[in-house]
Parts: sequence; C-alpha cells; structure tokens
Amino acid sequence: MKTLAIFIVLLFGGLLIYCTLDFPPWGDPLAPASMHVSPRYIEQTMEETSVPNIVTAVLADYRGYDTMFEAVVIFTAAVACFFLLRVFGRIESESRMYRHIPSGITLRISKDAEPLRESREFERIDLTWVPYGVVVKTSCRIIVPFCQLFALYVIAHGHHSPGGGFQGGVILGASVILFAISNNMRLSFTRISEKLAVLLCGLGVLIYAGTGALSIFLGSNYLDYGALSRLFGVDPVTARSLGILMVEIGVGITVMAVIITLYYNLASAGRHDEGL
Amino acid sequence: MTELLSIVIAKLNYWACIALMMIGLYAMIAKKNLVKKIIGMNILQTAVILFFISIGAKKDATLPIIVHGHAAESHAARAAEYINPLPHVLMLTAIVVAVATLGVALALVIKIYQQYQTLEEDEILTRLQNE
Repeated sequence: MKTLAIFIVLLFGGLLIYCTLDFPPWGDPLAPASMHVSPRYIEQTMEETSVPNIVTAVLADYRGYDTMFEAVVIFTAAVACFFLLRVFGRIESESRMYRHIPSGITLRISKDAEPLRESREFERIDLTWVPYGVVVKTSCRIIVPFCQLFALYVIAHGHHSPGGGFQGGVILGASVILFAISNNMRLSFTRISEKLAVLLCGLGVLIYAGTGALSIFLGSNYLDYGALSRLFGVDPVTARSLGILMVEIGVGITVMAVIITLYYNLASAGRHDEGL
Repeated sequence: MTELLSIVIAKLNYWACIALMMIGLYAMIAKKNLVKKIIGMNILQTAVILFFISIGAKKDATLPIIVHGHAAESHAARAAEYINPLPHVLMLTAIVVAVATLGVALALVIKIYQQYQTLEEDEILTRLQNE
C-alpha cells in the first residue's frame, strides 16, 4: 500500500512539475493570469465602487454571487455538523458536582435535590477534579473584549485596509472560543446560546440575500448595489460602497456563528456539557 | 549552470507548493488513521491556496489596495502597480470553506469513533465484517 501510494504521489508530482516548466516565471507581470480580467478590476474599481481595497470590492460586488453561495456553504456545514453530532435528552448522572470557588471544595448534590444556582461562588463541574486556572481566566477576560473590538474594526475598515467580513467574523468567533476554553462551555452558553448561534448563522445569509433582493425591489438586478442610492440618498457609486458594507456585515455574522456552532458541537461531541 | 539556476528561481514557488501537495496526497492515501487523513487533506488544501497566491504575485507591485484612493486629485490606478487581486479573493473564501468542511469532517470522525471505538481504518473494517 505504501509503495503504491509513493508511486502514485511521485507520478502525480512529477507530471505537475513537468507542467510548471511551461508556466511563466514567478512574479512575471505579463503572466496570462494577470492579463485578462484583473487589470480591469484594478483600474475601474475606484470609479465604479469607490472602495480602495480591490479584494473587498471584487469579493462582495463583482463576484457577489460567488461569495453569497460561499456563505450558504458554510451555513450548510454548520447545520450538517449540528445534525450529525447533537444529542438531546442525555441521561443525567446520579449527582451533580459543584465547586465552591473561594475554598476549592467540591460539593456533590444528588440529582433529585434542588439544583444549585451558579454564581460567583459556585461553579458546576463535570469531573471531580478540574483545575481552577486563575491566571488563564483573568488574562482571557482581558483579552476577549479587545479581540472583539479588533474584529469589529476589521469588518468595518475592510474597505480601506486588509480585512472584511470573513476575517472579522473569524476573529469574533475565535474570541468566543477563547472565552469558552478559558472558562467552561456552560458559561459561554449563557452568553451566546446554541439557539442564538444557529439563528445568527441564518441571519447573516439572510442579510446578504436580503441586500440582493432589496436592489431588485428598487428596480435593478439582484445584488446590483447601485440601486440602493435612492434608499441611502447618495450617488450610485457611494451606494455600491455601502452595499458592500452591508453584505460584509452579513458575511461576518454568518462566519462568526458558524465557527461558534462548529466549536460547540465538536468540543462536546454534541452533548453540550462542560466541553474542553 | 546559470540557466538552470534561473529556471529554479523562477519556478521554486510552484515546486514548493507541489511538494506540499504531494505530502498531503501521500497522507490521504497511505495513512490508516482517519485524523491523519484529514490532516493530509488540509495540507493539500493549503498547498492549493499557496499555489493560487503565488500565481497572483507580480514583480514591483504592491498590495491590491489603492493608495490615497479618496484623495482630492484623482490619479488612475495602473494595473502594473498592483498585484492580481483575483486569486486573493478566491482563496479568501476557500480558506473559510476549508475550515467549515474540516468541521464537518471532524464531526463524521467523532461519529465513527462513537460507533467503533477506533479511528484506525483496518480495525474499523474488521469490526464491520464481524457484525
């Protein structure tokens, strides 16, 4: 098996290396890939959309359909993960365990008794001994808000600097994952519940598709943001820029919610307990 | 000799991507463990992404963000000054889709582990035959 695999891989790689001999040299300005559609993007983007970041303009405007269905793909991935893993109605164990945080004592309460309210003093745990990481919790509590602020900056400033909905959404999702890792997942469910995360997945796609539909209602083609000029009261070129911003916000919400949903389901194998 | 060297320098990026792709493909074919197969798939995806980014590069060009785009004097952007934005756009979405598909793949792996208590391919096959 291994020799066969090496043979296949070497054959395939050799063929590809043979093909690269016909490629233009790396960084050649006259390469065919740079000659056809990209000069038009570079020269016309500023006039047509007034967005300096060409990548954002191409992503959300020129190739708007591509990005919309990309958002649908990751939405589908989150839903698929949910349906594969999520288990409802799990069997409660005989007793629940709580930690008294100031003293570090673990309490065991039988499942028939009234459950303890979680507070600053009591924390529910799943194993008898889970280390209580003061340093990790405190430093992550400081990092998370700045992470989220930076993510909002990346989304909002995606027109003028590297950034946009995908990148900002990933940072937002990562900040929530950081919160869930540094504390436990039950606490992060109180901040962003599973239901909210799945709803946000759909909401982002809805914002994107809704922006497209809005331009139909305003008498233009689907995803042709120039039609939004009447709604915003600006000239069509600026309206394109604003339309791109709306779409990027939708993408950011979807990406964030998808990453959170994937993490919630994968980290606890669908049981949604303490997690990692 | 210098001719050969110039060819190597001109194609080195592509060859590095192909080497990465071969590593990923080998892991997908030869490794028995499913998680290792997924890692191989991700290496392959990374190779493709790097390959596309290499195609987008241009000599003496900068990032595809127009400098002073909103300045008072309008100066038209020349295509030779900025690198090709299209591969960047395509790969931007590809990265996020790679993460999402990785999530689905890991979900399937968790399900397989719950069913068979192993991730080794041959052990799963023997357990399937014994059932």
